[in-house]
Amino acid sequence: MAGVGAEVGAVLAALGTVRDPELDEPVTTLGFVSSCAVSPDGVAHVRLRLPTYFCAPNFAFLMVADAHDAVTAVDGVSGADVVLEDHFASDAINAGVAARAGFVASFDGQAAAELDDLRADFVRKAVMAGSDRVCRPLLAAGRTPDDLAVLTLGDAPASPDRERLRERRAELGLPSGLGDPLLVDPTTGEAVGVQALPLHLRRARITRVGAEANSSMCRGMLRERYPTRGQGQTEEHS
Amino acid sequence: MYEKNGEKYFIVDSHMHFWDASPANWVAGHENYAKGWIECFHAYQSLGPPETHWSLEHFQKYSEQDLMKDVFDDGYVDVAVFQPTYLKEWYSEGFNTTERNGALSENHPGKFIVNTRFDPRDGDAGLKDLERNVHRWGSTGVKLYTAEWKDGSRGWTLKDPEAYRYLARAQELGIKNVHVHKGPTIWPLDKDAFDVSDVDHAATDFPELNFIVEHVGLPRIEDFCFMATQEPNVYAGLSVVIGGLMHARPKFFAKVMGELLFWVGEDKMTFGSDYGIWEPKWQIEGFVDWDYPGDEFSDYPRVTTATKKKILGLNAAKLYDIPVPEELRLPAEAGAPAAKDDAQLVEDGAQV
Repeated sequence: MAGVGAEVGAVLAALGTVRDPELDEPVTTLGFVSSCAVSPDGVAHVRLRLPTYFCAPNFAFLMVADAHDAVTAVDGVSGADVVLEDHFASDAINAGVAARAGFVASFDGQAAAELDDLRADFVRKAVMAGSDRVCRPLLAAGRTPDDLAVLTLGDAPASPDRERLRERRAELGLPSGLGDPLLVDPTTGEAVGVQALPLHLRRARITRVGAEANSSMCRGMLRERYPTRGQGQTEEHS
Repeated sequence: MYEKNGEKYFIVDSHMHFWDASPANWVAGHENYAKGWIECFHAYQSLGPPETHWSLEHFQKYSEQDLMKDVFDDGYVDVAVFQPTYLKEWYSEGFNTTERNGALSENHPGKFIVNTRFDPRDGDAGLKDLERNVHRWGSTGVKLYTAEWKDGSRGWTLKDPEAYRYLARAQELGIKNVHVHKGPTIWPLDKDAFDVSDVDHAATDFPELNFIVEHVGLPRIEDFCFMATQEPNVYAGLSVVIGGLMHARPKFFAKVMGELLFWVGEDKMTFGSDYGIWEPKWQIEGFVDWDYPGDEFSDYPRVTTATKKKILGLNAAKLYDIPVPEELRLPAEAGAPAAKDDAQLVEDGAQV
């Protein structure tokens, strides 16, 4: 492979930046990439799969479109052939993404709006879930909710969870610097005050529980549907 | 009735089906959908214990005898509530219609409650169908699928004026319980079909109706819970929660149950097996034996025998006016099943 075109590893790494918007996890670790190859002419061939035939097509569309964009941007890739398999809307999604047509045009007459708002809603959920991941260890270590109200992101120990939270906040245009408040409202970006904090933490926790339970069920369904391992698939951590 | 360690549990299965998804019932040209749908359901069954799995052929169409054995003889259920799902675009005679359920129920008096359905996009004709079904089958509940695609429509919401017209008429006809499916989306909706804010509006404007959100809005359980705490007439239907998580994902099951008990409360949660996806037997046995697995769940509400009795039957019995034998009721100090004033949590906080 060396010398000509892109490396499969680079394509796979690019796919690792594509997330299931609903689960906030990479499509690779979830097991959604059934195959990934680069042909001699530099075209990346990616096959995607989902846990069920009827998985929500709006999210499916976003993942296929994001995968197409991520793969196309890899150095040495001359073209992207990204295909969603075994889904009731495979044809519409694959054709729409290949033509860069957008969601509305791809589902003629059945969709009235693009998916930006939907995606933002779910990034806000990811911010809430991420807040729980970062704050729970602090509370376990003896911090009180009152303490959390005055902490900054930089006061939380450096960790992959903290960086993930900062990235999601940055995506939404929310304050994400180390000197910014640890807890902010995911819509307004305002710091969460002491009084609102207990409820905010409860909400953060249930948002995480919901997303992780959902992710866990999706993994179970995927395993039942496909006995083979996906490219880059990992076991869930709980 | 289920008995364990001297405790007796009255069981209402508040969400179950009698479907026909066999190839003979597939609409020509739409076979892929019909096949994909039932195979998707079948994959859900795989989340239950292996010894309870069925062959796909059996799963596509089970008999009346199978159902009676699985649900009542082996499954401990006292009363079961049929929830219809039409899907006539793919299944010639429908997947699981009011008529199909109703015909079975007539062979077994006292065992079933036959719910019907409506779709506000059906206009005046749909109102007549609703009236006919209520009179013919004695329905006191409906099952609604707001995400269902129809003639180019991308689904509907309970906030729609047409939906209000149907809800008002349903109430006049004696419907008390509105089961709303907030679960897997199947059509290309550009909005989030799991969105539960429409239930919020309808529940406020129809305080005499009870709204049971089936599958607790999974995967948007947080949205459901925030809403449910503010609406005294909103309930959590546990179909899929117990079947899909208790065996396959016990740790997540514990967390989801803990959250529901915290936000919604034990008086407002109802068991539903989702039969034929899962048999009730293992779900009931497992739930009666269940407790949080370890200390890390210590800040969730505790689970008592009374909690389980309410969830497995007494709450739904209250919603459907099902008589419960004296010895299966709860002592007064255990709190009232299906009590509407239980949900004060966020409301109180928000008003401060």
